[in-house]
Amino acid sequence: MELSILSIIYIIGSLAFIAGLKMLSDPAHARRGNQVAAAGMGLAIFGAIFLYETEGEKLHNHLWIFAGLAIGGIAGALAAKKVKMTAMPEMVSLFNGMGGACAALISIVEFDHLIKHPFAVSFNASSVLAEGSVAPELISMGHVLIILLGMAIGAMSFSGSMVAWAKLNGRLKDYSFKGQHVFNLFILLLIIVGISGLVANIAGGFRVDARLDPLSIRVVTASWIPWLFYGILFLSLAYGIQFVLPIGGADMPVVISLLNSFTGVAAACGGFLYDNKAMLTGGILVGAAGTLLTILMCRAMNRSLINVLVGSFGGQQAGEGSAQEQGSFKEISVSDAAAVLNYSSRVMIVPGYGLAVAQAQHVCHELEKLLADKGVDVQYAIHPVAGRMPGHMNVLLAEADVGYDKLMEMEQANELFPSTDAVLVLGANDVVNPAAKSDPSSPLYGMPILDVELAKMVIVNKRSMKPGYAGVENALFFQPKTSMLFGDAKSVLQQLVTEIKTL
Amino acid sequence: MENWLSWIYLQQEMIYIVALMILLGIEVIGRVPSVLHTPLMSGANAIHGVVIIGAIIVMGKAEPDNYLALSLGFLATILGTLNVVGGFVVTDRMLEMFKKKKKDEKS
Repeated sequence: MELSILSIIYIIGSLAFIAGLKMLSDPAHARRGNQVAAAGMGLAIFGAIFLYETEGEKLHNHLWIFAGLAIGGIAGALAAKKVKMTAMPEMVSLFNGMGGACAALISIVEFDHLIKHPFAVSFNASSVLAEGSVAPELISMGHVLIILLGMAIGAMSFSGSMVAWAKLNGRLKDYSFKGQHVFNLFILLLIIVGISGLVANIAGGFRVDARLDPLSIRVVTASWIPWLFYGILFLSLAYGIQFVLPIGGADMPVVISLLNSFTGVAAACGGFLYDNKAMLTGGILVGAAGTLLTILMCRAMNRSLINVLVGSFGGQQAGEGSAQEQGSFKEISVSDAAAVLNYSSRVMIVPGYGLAVAQAQHVCHELEKLLADKGVDVQYAIHPVAGRMPGHMNVLLAEADVGYDKLMEMEQANELFPSTDAVLVLGANDVVNPAAKSDPSSPLYGMPILDVELAKMVIVNKRSMKPGYAGVENALFFQPKTSMLFGDAKSVLQQLVTEIKTL
Repeated sequence: MENWLSWIYLQQEMIYIVALMILLGIEVIGRVPSVLHTPLMSGANAIHGVVIIGAIIVMGKAEPDNYLALSLGFLATILGTLNVVGGFVVTDRMLEMFKKKKKDEKS
């Protein structure tokens, strides 16, 4: 009875995940979708706590379970409430790592259980085994494979997410060495060989040592089994670190999205282990959706996933050669820039990571309102990969109350640039680099960009002439149409607001 | 070989679900506007926190003297809850900002 109620609960939970994801992909219902998914999750969790049973036995240790839920719940809610909008990508990465670690820990416990009671897992076959025998057919290799996959993928996702988190908040720098990709592939190969070796030979590792009574036997486990298992765990952790370390900051969103889908797959492995359809649906949904999202992001940057993972973007080698030959750039003063903006009839603002770092979204909105009051048509051009995550800029600007209808996606914006008087680029760089169109040798080549150079005038606000994340010089800055306005985005915008008020 | 076949036979329902969910996941997300990519990623991140159920089962099944299962299960429960609660709250915060305008009009 209770088990059937539990399975109904799991069905409702799974449907809630599907409906939630569906609604999350529609602006009008996104928030409701999140709540639906959360409600389904809550239902599934409490259902599992109170109704789950195996072999007629209910779960116990409720005190511990609730203590864990309370600690994690309070810490998670506080962290999520307090995090700044600019630090959002880090936060997602951190939470993702927690999920990966959770999946890996589950697999570790299940493996421990397996090597202590190997013949209880597949069939209740203790009674047919004689002393000293091995019984390879009694251990389900599929079961072992799922445990190992959950552990390896969860561990990779955990260590990779932690590295991504540390890189995004500046605790870790890009690090690569010669032959790193070969080294990484080698680790990955070792992991695969280790997993297949363990799965194929696991049965031979157990021997019935003594028969205690008709239904109970003592089993000896060969010592190489735990060694190999923890070796794979260690290699997976190392692989996660090695895999994310060399990838440049510009590619971090792709990596986080990919790790997100990894954790989904690891969670689905848990679904297999416990024959739990809610875990399976949730995990696979995220695994599939996350992979697609990753591919969509790569496509927005015109790069293949392989290229992101294997070729290290930017960093050291790119951009140095062409730096000097670009000629000179011209600067513009704040008051001139204010005048230009004030007397334009259409202004397009291109926000980038610099805006996010400077926390300048509110001032930016103020400037926009001020200009709009003066009859200037102000819009924002949002590149799909502006900032650190796709949609990052939209979230930031929404925080500052910028209207939804002011945000132009790349295609719309590119149509408007020819009729735009002035473009204000705020801390964006690679997404407006014309080399993406003109220079086949540039690492950015082929990435769709915002064609700001089609506008009559471009004002670029940056802190310095330093290249952006891809490490490439930007020819835009040296064009006659372009004027540079150096300074921190927030203070520059504040000065602009003050200036425009006096005009 | 037989070992694998019997495993597949036993897990066939699950394998069907995997295949269908992969298609569904791709289908559901295929039409998302890029504006919603970050909240969507964050929401998906919260949903895979469903792995917490595994942690609860591990905890709940652990015998009182199985300290490995108890301690790792406890840790896993905390981490999984962090993932779930943090993920949903962060997503809600992001989406709240999108909707602020409309809600004000209503109230």
